[in-house]
Amino acid sequence: MKYIIAVIKPFKLDEVREALGGIGVAGMTVSEVKGFGRQKGQTEIYRGAEYSTNMLPKVKLEIAVADSLAPQVIETIQQTASTEAIGDGKIFVLDLAEVTRIRTGETGETAL
Amino acid sequence: MTMRKFLSGAAVLGASLTASTAAFAQEAAEAAAAVPNPGNNAWMMTATVLVMLMIIPGLTLFYGGLTRSKNMLSTMTQIGATAALAMIIWVMWGYSLAFGDTTYEGTLGLFVSGGSYFLAGTDASSTAATFTDEVISKYVFISFQMTFAAITAALILGATAERMKFNAVMLFVPIWLTIVYFPIAHMVWAGGGLLFEDGALDFAGGTVVHINAGVSGLVLAYLLGKRRGWPQEPMMPHSLTLTMVGTGLLWVGWFGFNAGSALEADGSAGLAMINTFVATAAGALTWMVIERMAGHKGSALGFCSGVIAGLVAVTPAAGNSGPFGAILLGILASAVCYFFVAKVKAKFGYDDSLDAFGIHGIGGIVGAIGTAVVYQPFLGGPGDGSTALGAQLGVQVFSVIVTIAWAGIGTLIAGLIVKTAIGLRVTEEDEVNGLDISEHGERAYN
Repeated sequence: MKYIIAVIKPFKLDEVREALGGIGVAGMTVSEVKGFGRQKGQTEIYRGAEYSTNMLPKVKLEIAVADSLAPQVIETIQQTASTEAIGDGKIFVLDLAEVTRIRTGETGETAL
Repeated sequence: MTMRKFLSGAAVLGASLTASTAAFAQEAAEAAAAVPNPGNNAWMMTATVLVMLMIIPGLTLFYGGLTRSKNMLSTMTQIGATAALAMIIWVMWGYSLAFGDTTYEGTLGLFVSGGSYFLAGTDASSTAATFTDEVISKYVFISFQMTFAAITAALILGATAERMKFNAVMLFVPIWLTIVYFPIAHMVWAGGGLLFEDGALDFAGGTVVHINAGVSGLVLAYLLGKRRGWPQEPMMPHSLTLTMVGTGLLWVGWFGFNAGSALEADGSAGLAMINTFVATAAGALTWMVIERMAGHKGSALGFCSGVIAGLVAVTPAAGNSGPFGAILLGILASAVCYFFVAKVKAKFGYDDSLDAFGIHGIGGIVGAIGTAVVYQPFLGGPGDGSTALGAQLGVQVFSVIVTIAWAGIGTLIAGLIVKTAIGLRVTEEDEVNGLDISEHGERAYN
């Protein structure tokens, strides 16, 4: 199993969610986060004085999937979330050791 | 004038008609004219509370929104308490020093008056002169001028925000009012005052309020030193929403400030009113246009800053300019203030926290000097052309120089007294924690 973390631009969230639903992703966790990468934040100007805010608002998706679905999920996120501009975000993939569904106690892929 | 006095006036009138002597009739007419016109009185009471609206909540929200959230209450409380203190001092000795009934002969009379301490000799029938043969109730005039003293002292706090001790503010204000504000108000507005007699034009306080507060703020900012972390750390305004609300309240209140300075509900007040609309509108748009020309976006704070720059600039000219002269003044003041706030402050590195000097001081200077130009009939001003432009310009420049020098030196003295006595600045720890908690034990937002 894989644990996929994707940081994307907030306005792409709905599009990505729809596309992932289409390929059979059953659930995800979404949080509003702040951070920076190569985009290095943005500049705000108050009465002519520049302030660089180095944290930009992003959305973080966390998705646990079976190994077989993982490549398709990564590809879908990459294609839907891309605007080909700086600051589109990143996708991180981790090996997932175990999953347990709290209600039933099921473990492994059946719990996903 | 009480009913008793009014009746005696009527009796004199009756007697004079019987006697048919012109001299008696003349005397009676003068006595009767001393009754305040309720229309004028009503307008002046309205104007007075409009200026009060500028202080709380106008200035408190305008300045408060520009500070960081941890200093919101500190900024607002300093303004409120300063205004309250100024009101008490005004009735004890402030009114007397500025406009008191005893006029001193010679040099002393150029700077202060006396008598009338604790408003001695004033009652509900007392009247104060206006610019015509009308009068208004003296208590109304005293109250109106009281709000000016209160807001001027509070304006200074924009330069010192986020680092000055509350008790230092409370000690500074009475000293400053006594040695700086009251003499300047006397010099500019009272008969016998140095600049009044010189012919200086200051309709509603360009020199008395704005240059005075701006320069005093700058001097005090130097005495205090920069805020910890300025200018390396970002110190963004915590709520431009509240600053915008404050800006609106200031603009509304300013009609009391400017149109009230006519002291009557007459055409001069009407002129001041339209000028207060159009100069401000021009100032607001100019600031935003300059932002675009500088490669930025037209911003909300730019709009607010332009509004204040326009208001400040039109203050000395309110009743001394035609509407198109006022527009020119608004445009010019906005451009010059932008330059000082965005460029000069960074170059010289003074921490005028909320631009009290950059907008009030500089805008006031532009307005005071510009008044000489817009006063002239060729720009639609109300001047009758009897004073040549060059001569009036000289008078205005002199009044600006006197005000800058008086405010600068006076504030230095007042500031050093407070610094020596109790210190001006909060500790580093208190500054980092924010003055709301460290000075008042409260949070603006929970």
